[in-house]
Amino acid sequence: MGAIQLSCPISDEEIRTLKAGDRVLLSGTIYTARDAAHKRMSEALQNGEELPIQIAGQVIYYVGPTPAKPGQVIGSAGPTTSGRMDKYTPALLELGLKGMIGKGYRSDEVVESIKKNKAVYFGAIGGSGALIARTIKSSEVIAYEDLGPEAIYKLEVKEFPAVVIIDSEGNDWYEIGKQQYQSY
Amino acid sequence: MKTIKYEAIVEHVSKMCQEANFDLGQDVVNAFQTALKKERSETGKDILEQLIANADIAKNERVPMCQDTGVSVFIVELGQDCHITGGKLYDAINEGVKKGYEEGYLRHSIVDHPITREKSKGYNTPSIIHVELVEGDELVIHMSAKGGGSENMSTLKMLKPSDGVEGVKNFILDTVKVAGPNACPPLVVGIGVGGNFERSAYLAKKSLFRPIGHRNERTEISELERELMEKINQLGIGPQGMGGSTTALDVKIEIEPCHIAALPVAINLNCHASRHKEIRL
Repeated sequence: MGAIQLSCPISDEEIRTLKAGDRVLLSGTIYTARDAAHKRMSEALQNGEELPIQIAGQVIYYVGPTPAKPGQVIGSAGPTTSGRMDKYTPALLELGLKGMIGKGYRSDEVVESIKKNKAVYFGAIGGSGALIARTIKSSEVIAYEDLGPEAIYKLEVKEFPAVVIIDSEGNDWYEIGKQQYQSY
Repeated sequence: MKTIKYEAIVEHVSKMCQEANFDLGQDVVNAFQTALKKERSETGKDILEQLIANADIAKNERVPMCQDTGVSVFIVELGQDCHITGGKLYDAINEGVKKGYEEGYLRHSIVDHPITREKSKGYNTPSIIHVELVEGDELVIHMSAKGGGSENMSTLKMLKPSDGVEGVKNFILDTVKVAGPNACPPLVVGIGVGGNFERSAYLAKKSLFRPIGHRNERTEISELERELMEKINQLGIGPQGMGGSTTALDVKIEIEPCHIAALPVAINLNCHASRHKEIRL
């Protein structure tokens, strides 16, 4: 089966049609954020401050790229482990965050919040940072510039490859995929 | 007595750091190709193909294959008839790392303080450096760029001698199961059995420096490596944990004598980007 073309931000109708295990190619606008940016966003919310990006409807990519070489849009830019963002994620989903791209397991709280808020979690291929960088067409720092590779960047992507890991009904492809091939 | 200059070590280490991140070893690329022929999952095949393409781009464009360019881990075999002039060996290695990570546009992934997470210096140092004093007058430097995702899923347990080989196998399989997608499979599983608490962890790390496909010289251990490889690949975890028959590219075990009361087992997971380089001076 071929990959599904999706444009970001992703509409609610499209999110509902996505099923765990679907291969997708993402095009459009996404934002980066990893550990330090999540911590700051969480502190901002606790202090009753506005977030530096309008998060409703958006997709966040968990990544901390290598420095760009002269002439490059971005350095190598594969996904980092999503679980480290779990603590901060339900609050962002409540504010309307619709998609996340990373790698690895999510907590039960995040899965419940994905179901409740009808969002989606994509897995990108960890360790394919050079290949993924080719799908990133522009990169611009939007907030927390002092965090360097951990700052929030706005990225324009074209056909960024990913797989639906947790769909809006809470189905988990890591479990389903494993069961099909498990013999021990 | 051979003499090696500080500056020579800096230059070689700088080059190794860059090559480790740009040029995936042929042993790993071959292991991807072999896995691709056997993999049953379509998504799994797709991932393996992308990893091969990614390694090609990194090599040809001189860019890091992964954005996590790792902590630089060194195992240094220092001949006792070899003399280093112009400065300290540890400083030379760290200076080489700093230079290599700067010049290669590699990410600096080290915080200075583990609790406050303070990051004052922009360098990817200090490195982890293990020195083994050996016979002869050579200096052999083995370098690994070790990623954080797989390191985080590594484990160590002091088993009871009565747990036996079954206990060892179960602990290893459980570690791989719990790691699932987080350690970026297909994995290279490094295992240290025996020694003591810290020695088992060192043995596990050291085993990862052996090229893929090289078995332990002891028959009973190489058989255990093969058996574990087969069982791990039956767990169904697959490439990136998305299901499939390729969960490990290799399993490596190192053993050492230990206390009559002990059975230490350490498991150091390596992601598929098994980045190792070696230089002999």
